[in-house]
Amino acid sequence: MRLGTSRSGVLAAAVLTAGSIALSACSAGSLGSSEQSTPGKTQITFLTNNDPNNVKTANAMIKAFQTDNADITVKLDTRPGGGEGDNLVKTRLSTGDMADVFEYNSGSLFQAISPEKNLTPVSDAAWAGDLDDTFKKVVTAGDNLYGAPWGPATGGGVLYNTKVYTKLGLKVPTTWDEFMANNAKIKAAGVTPVAQTFGDTWTSQIFVLADYHNVDEADPSFAENYTANKAKYATTPAAKAGFQHLEDVHKAGYLNKEFAAAKFEDGLRAVATGTAAHYPMITFAVPAMYGVTPKNVNDVGFFALPGTDAAKAGVTIWEPSGIYIPKTTTDAKLEAAKKFQAFVASPKACEVQAKVAPIGGPFPIKSCTLPANVATAVKDLTGYVEKGAITLALEFLSPIKGPALEQITVEVGSGIRSADAGAKLYDKDVEKQAQQLGLEGW
Amino acid sequence: MANTVQTKAAVRPVDTQQPRATVARRQKSPYPFWFMIPAGVIYTVLFLVPAAVAFYFSLTRWTLFDQEFIGLDNYVQFFQEPALVSGLTHTLIFAVVTCGLKVVIGMALAVLLTSQIIGRAFLRSVAFFPVLVSTIGVGIAFTVLMNPTRGAINGALGVVGVQGPGWLTDPQWALLSVAFVDVWRGVGLATVIYMAGILSIPQEYFEAAKVDGAGSGQSFWHIVLPLAKPATVTVLILSLIGGLRSFDLIWAMTKGGPGFTSDVIASVIYKQYQAGFYGLSTAGNVILFLLVTGIVVPLFWWFNRKGVEA
Repeated sequence: MRLGTSRSGVLAAAVLTAGSIALSACSAGSLGSSEQSTPGKTQITFLTNNDPNNVKTANAMIKAFQTDNADITVKLDTRPGGGEGDNLVKTRLSTGDMADVFEYNSGSLFQAISPEKNLTPVSDAAWAGDLDDTFKKVVTAGDNLYGAPWGPATGGGVLYNTKVYTKLGLKVPTTWDEFMANNAKIKAAGVTPVAQTFGDTWTSQIFVLADYHNVDEADPSFAENYTANKAKYATTPAAKAGFQHLEDVHKAGYLNKEFAAAKFEDGLRAVATGTAAHYPMITFAVPAMYGVTPKNVNDVGFFALPGTDAAKAGVTIWEPSGIYIPKTTTDAKLEAAKKFQAFVASPKACEVQAKVAPIGGPFPIKSCTLPANVATAVKDLTGYVEKGAITLALEFLSPIKGPALEQITVEVGSGIRSADAGAKLYDKDVEKQAQQLGLEGW
Repeated sequence: MANTVQTKAAVRPVDTQQPRATVARRQKSPYPFWFMIPAGVIYTVLFLVPAAVAFYFSLTRWTLFDQEFIGLDNYVQFFQEPALVSGLTHTLIFAVVTCGLKVVIGMALAVLLTSQIIGRAFLRSVAFFPVLVSTIGVGIAFTVLMNPTRGAINGALGVVGVQGPGWLTDPQWALLSVAFVDVWRGVGLATVIYMAGILSIPQEYFEAAKVDGAGSGQSFWHIVLPLAKPATVTVLILSLIGGLRSFDLIWAMTKGGPGFTSDVIASVIYKQYQAGFYGLSTAGNVILFLLVTGIVVPLFWWFNRKGVEA
């Protein structure tokens, strides 16, 4: 009997093991491979974020592409943006279940999806030479290029109401002191000097993130030292200035009354209609303004976030996200995906995008030109780009961006935490990110 | 094999010659061992394996693509997390406030709804209605109502001349505002449990008390309260567990903000996961599990022991 019991025990263990193996072997990789609908036609799926404007552009791009390539159909698939989207992209890549071609951030987020392991390099594609050099930097890992640009580059700084400026006889500020002096005059005239919209927490980061051009002018090696754990926000005066600015405008009482609950659209409306004079923002917000207050778009200008030296004023640039092909795409689908990628990087694609929706900045493709009717703010941004007074945002130069920055900037910007404590807390926050990425020196 | 088992099982009642230990063991289950395998496979695959794997990953720095074993570093890191200490306090405040209010309000509503009032059945369903609504829906609706300048709540307060606070945007109020909404949403369940508890008290007690000249206050204090104790324990434990691991309502309403002022452990963990710190957030979940167990198990044991004594 004892022998019997132990034998059934072994049997049970065997069944358990077999069961777990069988279950864990069910991967999702077999999904979506039987989609070849029409014979002779290749169908590929394109995954992009579900922002309504982006979906509109994506549909127009697909339509234009399919007109030129009758033998390929592109199926659009969408995903959420933000952190949720990051997880989805990472999960789908790691399970081998990624769409045939997909859109995802460039710069440090691109580095975090292990491009060398997961993506197909496209360095020798014909369109690679037509790309802007700054953009190339942010979709390159190791020696290889992986992405084509999805949309225009944008600049971070301050959107301002030109009518308020004309009425009060103000000049575009080139230093922070001039900016604060303008604010004092604006407040005296009964207009809200600065709109902040902490109801959408991401908008609170602009004073810190868009200040990077000034950090770089003061200390060109900051990005490198920061990545190597040698420079910190709290101990680098130029870097801490961003947090200080947040504190200063709140302390001086320059913010709109409902800044804590206001949303992104509220900020756009305020600056476009002139109830607020300034709104710190990135120019990708300009297209959104057509949806909020289409009549007032051209009343809004743009200037770079002012620093300490007027001669070195310049703008912090955000490159667009990229279009990538995962290694799991093969054979006919790979060829089709490459064609789609090449189309996205062509001047024709720029035209399609400009036709579908207003654009927020210059394209990082050399043979593309901006349409003549772009918004005033975009023209202002292009002025900086043409002068070469630009610096890539830190998130493109260093893989480290702390995930809690938007909470910290909300706290500093609403007076819950001091600028000094905020900078220190952010330095702690980035530590985890650096360790997670396995960077040296952390 | 199976044959032997069956025969032996069949003759068990008269099989007195067997040594006693064997009989005792066999008597525990009349079914052969392999009857348990289907349930065992499911339990192992869906519960034991993930639990073991989760514990392992909490000891690694994990990017979904690869992992590096780092021992207890994640736990050290998690306890150094500045948001964690405040998150822990907020969790306890949130759990105690919601739990306390649910017990008190739930009891009061239950007493009301078990008394002779007009439209009792209708009122009962109204009290339960918020439980049925999606938490996210409740969260979004109250976010709109609690808007400091355009919300209906401050609008109504403004009519009577009171300047309401920024319910969700004032660091002093954010956590409590969410707690109040959670009470509104969850009190219906507490009420139903209390109603069942009160209705199960034999009417004779109330009649006897009345004969002895007890008022309604006295019969509440000396009959309802002590005899509804099992209901109180259930409500207390359920709402405490719910409060400790509460996440969805907080996330829908404030996302832990403004800043970190309404962050609870569950939202801290979620943010770590969102930021891609998978090992770290797994460690956080292990800590949350230990915390909930550490608070609820002794409490449950204590109440049960008291129940036996009483």
